[in-house]
Amino acid sequence: MKQVFLEIKENTALTKDVFKMTLVGDVGEIKKPGQFVNLKISGVFLRRPISVCDRDENSITLVYKVVGKGTKMMSSLREGKTLDVLTGLGNGYDCEKSGDKPLLIGGGVGIPPLYLLAKELLNQGKNVSVILGFNTAGEIFLKDEFENLGCLVTVTTVDGSKGVKGFVTGAIEGGYTHFYTCGPEPMLKAVYGKTVTSGQFSFEERMGCGFGACMGCSCKTLTGYKRICKDGPVLFKEEILWEK
Amino acid sequence: MGKMSVNLCGIELDNPVIPASGTFGFGYEFAEIYDINILGTFSFKGTTKEARFGNDLPRIAECTQGMINAVGLQNPGVEKVISEELPKLKKCFHKPVMANVSGFSVEEYAHVCSRLDGEEQIGWFEVNVSCPNVHGGGMSFGTQPSAVAQVVSAVRKATKKPIIIKLSPNVTDIVSIAKACEDNGADAVSLVNTLLGMRIDLKKRKPVIANVMGGFSGPAIFPVALRMVYQVSKAVNIPVVGMGGVSSAEDVIEMMLAGATAVEVGTANLVDPEACKKIIEALPQKMEELGIDDLKSIIGGAC
Repeated sequence: MKQVFLEIKENTALTKDVFKMTLVGDVGEIKKPGQFVNLKISGVFLRRPISVCDRDENSITLVYKVVGKGTKMMSSLREGKTLDVLTGLGNGYDCEKSGDKPLLIGGGVGIPPLYLLAKELLNQGKNVSVILGFNTAGEIFLKDEFENLGCLVTVTTVDGSKGVKGFVTGAIEGGYTHFYTCGPEPMLKAVYGKTVTSGQFSFEERMGCGFGACMGCSCKTLTGYKRICKDGPVLFKEEILWEK
Repeated sequence: MGKMSVNLCGIELDNPVIPASGTFGFGYEFAEIYDINILGTFSFKGTTKEARFGNDLPRIAECTQGMINAVGLQNPGVEKVISEELPKLKKCFHKPVMANVSGFSVEEYAHVCSRLDGEEQIGWFEVNVSCPNVHGGGMSFGTQPSAVAQVVSAVRKATKKPIIIKLSPNVTDIVSIAKACEDNGADAVSLVNTLLGMRIDLKKRKPVIANVMGGFSGPAIFPVALRMVYQVSKAVNIPVVGMGGVSSAEDVIEMMLAGATAVEVGTANLVDPEACKKIIEALPQKMEELGIDDLKSIIGGAC
């Protein structure tokens, strides 16, 4: 973990309520796909944890959805402004486990961290397939970006307005060696039930600090209590314990 | 002895700044980003006899200038604290540390303190009396002078180290509780713990926190905390450790003027992990601006 000040280079809408923000500065602490940053947004008390969608040597890109007061304020920030950022948070996805044909399954605002993961896996010469789930055609984002990387992309929409009608689980076929997923919890549960290989799940939870101090986001797993922010957000399929 | 040093129950602190229990773990997350030996001391994560997972999620709700938490005393239990956490703490912190202990019965408080009593690095016990008394109808120990008195007496027998009783603000008369602590052998009191609060999710029309209610903390509670520190320090002859919404060097000085010998910083650590470092670094300048030569000299200065 490191506290840094990053400058907003871009903050634009991708859809009605999904935005893309690029931040420039010391981003060296982001070492793995699936890690996140925790942003101080003036006007709200707690920081806002956002997963990293992409990174290069001196910038990171965040793709986030406006869901409440904090993200609404975030969407109105202009380029040139400097943000107080805790970076290098979370364990991130383990790329070593992917096998030759990894499958990436993302739902809605859970899709962004899979982009950097896809890039990393393609760099390692893997054959990457991606399933992106949305409610409707107007909400689709990052599809072209995944295709431009060289992934085989399948889109699903709940209302059938684009791609395969239904949920992401309807588009899961055999032949993958390992899977990576991120999305709303009901989707993660369905993916858990439908998949047949080992895999990794990235979870979202209300956090206090985002760096392991407050125990605000602890969950029970088959390997003990884990803090989503510090010991996660990525958990392996074999350690997940669904409650409720 | 430096200009910022204070003496808390016979132990010298380099400065009065103490990260509060539950916001600082066992120190090592923070040791990654700064040398935590600059702190006066810190109060480690509330420890109980058995391991506790705590409450269901969500445990956190945001508020204007504050937050509510209902973590529910998640901790690995006293035996693992001794075998796993304290050895790790020792590597990154080399001063006496404050052991925060909790219990759901008088016996549990005494047991946890006596198990930790042999740990050399523990300088003080901070006893959290905000837990429900399972043998007393579930009401918090800290709401009744008689129940607090029982805890203080039992802990007094378990250790010779200084005992600081951490008081709940969710009472009608905090002064009578503080006096019960003093009368039964407490060496100091610390206050305030969190204020009971809640939030409702407007879309779901349900409480945000799974436990419904939780502890409200952060800058919003500072005036309430300050008022209670003032009332208690005027009424007792033992030291008072002030806390509640402290997030700047000015807040530390204000708490000391209200009677605090030392000052705990809690929620600020969660929003800015360097909060205590920044406060300690800002203190000399602030003292100079205010014409304070020696921080000790202002304790109770407004009383």
